[in-house]
Amino acid sequence: MNASFDVAIIGAGPAGMAAAIEARKHGLSCVVFDEAARPGGQIYRDVAQRPAQDRLSILGPDYYAGLELVEAFQRCGAEHRPQTLVWCVSEGEIYWRSREQSGLTLARRIIAAAGAMERPFPVRGWTLPGVMTAGALQILLKSASLVEDDMIFIGGGPLLYLVAAQYCRSGFRPRLILETTPRRNLIPALAHLPRALLAPHYLIKGLGMLRELRAAGVPVVRGVEEIEIEGDDAARGVRWRVGERWRREDAERVALHHGLAPNVNLAMALRCEHFWDNRQRCWRPRLDGWGRSSQSWLWIAGDEAGIAGAISARLSGVLTAIDVAHDLGMIGEDERNAMSAPVRSALAQERAVRPFLEALYRPAECFVAPEADDIILCRCEEVTRGEIAQAVSEGAMGPNQVKGFLRCGMGPCQGRLCGHTITEVMSSLSGRSQEDVGYFRQRMPIKPVTVGQIAGASVLVGANAR
Amino acid sequence: MFQLLDPGEFDAAFDFEGRTISAFEGENLAAALLRAGVRAFRQTPRSGAARGPYCMMGVCFECLVTVDGEPNRQACLETVRSGMIVEAQAGSAEIIQ
Ligand SMILES: Cc1cc2nc3c(=O)[nH]c(=O)nc-3n(C[C@H](O)[C@H](O)[C@H](O)COP(=O)(O)OP(=O)(O)OC[C@H]3O[C@@H](n4cnc5c(N)ncnc54)[C@H](O)[C@@H]3O)c2cc1C
Ligand code: FES
Repeated sequence: MNASFDVAIIGAGPAGMAAAIEARKHGLSCVVFDEAARPGGQIYRDVAQRPAQDRLSILGPDYYAGLELVEAFQRCGAEHRPQTLVWCVSEGEIYWRSREQSGLTLARRIIAAAGAMERPFPVRGWTLPGVMTAGALQILLKSASLVEDDMIFIGGGPLLYLVAAQYCRSGFRPRLILETTPRRNLIPALAHLPRALLAPHYLIKGLGMLRELRAAGVPVVRGVEEIEIEGDDAARGVRWRVGERWRREDAERVALHHGLAPNVNLAMALRCEHFWDNRQRCWRPRLDGWGRSSQSWLWIAGDEAGIAGAISARLSGVLTAIDVAHDLGMIGEDERNAMSAPVRSALAQERAVRPFLEALYRPAECFVAPEADDIILCRCEEVTRGEIAQAVSEGAMGPNQVKGFLRCGMGPCQGRLCGHTITEVMSSLSGRSQEDVGYFRQRMPIKPVTVGQIAGASVLVGANAR
Repeated sequence: MFQLLDPGEFDAAFDFEGRTISAFEGENLAAALLRAGVRAFRQTPRSGAARGPYCMMGVCFECLVTVDGEPNRQACLETVRSGMIVEAQAGSAEIIQ
């Protein structure tokens, strides 16, 4: 199972699939790794499978648009390695493991298209069984046709409303939506509205969704300023505060969501340069206009480069693959520039709506950097906000020191569920900017592997490679 | 409870903590467990608190189980094979080869 490719792609979402199709058009040999069982990524998850095929009216046309992409990807001649995790990358080398095997694959150029995850939403009780993300509910709906009745949705942003609407369409009306997006966001958002009108379909779709929820009679409580999930071994109730007033409801099923953040572990572990994007409130890799990172052999496409949605992800996959083809001498510079021009203008139009959405759904400070000391920030090592505050008062300068003091970010998720929160909390505690506070120093392996898998990969290196 | 939108004929079964769970061959393991009413998939190493799936996409590691003796498997990335033995994971896993 060891071979050498012109280009290796990490992630078979819209960005990775589009990049593979484009790379194949230029005659490049191509391998695509994905730890998921089937191609599609987050938005098009399992779109070519049967349960999804029966769900068109619930999941909607945006989801089904992915079917044609998945089919084109399956025909394009790229090698797809499903259920295969990439755990270490270096120049020219991809280390991976699947259920049966582990190994090393060589590739001249690498495109990372690892996508996004939902932004951590640390509130009291968010670790209790029964509390999931809205995206998790959507994954269960798409790939397993599962729905929960009597759900309480908490947070804000397009994905939260989309999943709530999909629930309504499947006949499982959510009990309640608790909106945590600050009302004052509207004013700064309006400044971006004229530009957003260049991509009116997003606005029309968004308004349609809100209308749908209203028509279904889902109660929405706006301006929620504090949230608390009660329970000891599982979720039992939700308490929330609007202004001075606290309310409570019994609840065993709660979905949280307030936006997405890029999956930064791989690029951070590769020491790619990153910057803090204050509009998207997340770390992003610094890229040139083609998606090339500060490591000259690594390109980054799709939501891993910054949150911009599925169509942008697809377009940016095409753009990076065109540049890789140029870099490998398959096309000249003029040809590259000419081919990419229509892709660039489509991208600009797609992204026109982002500043508006980012301003409108910017999460409140108190939810990205909680102020109560007993809230767990690092789920793996159960490190609380109070412990971080204590470490800061004892002089911890940045995330790496609190990692050393408290093990936070060192559990199996490797900081994915606390990294952004630690940056935000340390920034709010110290008054320094997020950029200045920095992020955990990531290392390979980016996900746990067994000693045997590491040994298996190195055996293959010795036996076959080079 | 999670409910199946269109009840089909289960064609597989696996063992979870001594209990037989009906499922579909090749379906998502975390989904099959949630449907069977399992809420806690593991207990944390530090306090022993109960945890269940949070993200369903491989990033949170709250769904860790032991599959056929192999610990630290993310149930949300695992597929059901008839006859597999699944156990909740208590605390941290032993270091294995
Ligand atoms: C849970 C969730 C649900 C969403 N639902 C919608 C929706 O309904 N509508 C919508 O418009 N947008 C949705 N989005 C946003 C949407 O994900 C993005 O706009 C789009 O999917 C980005 O495409 P991508 O190719 O960049 O990444 P993704 O689609 O996220 O694909 C990345 C792929 O990389 C794989 N991967 C990551 N790391 C590794 C690794 N180390 N080894 C192997 N494989 C790896 C992942 O398994 C994944 O399949 C959702 C996002 C999330 C997180
Ligand atoms: S539920 Fe998050 S990793 Fe499986």
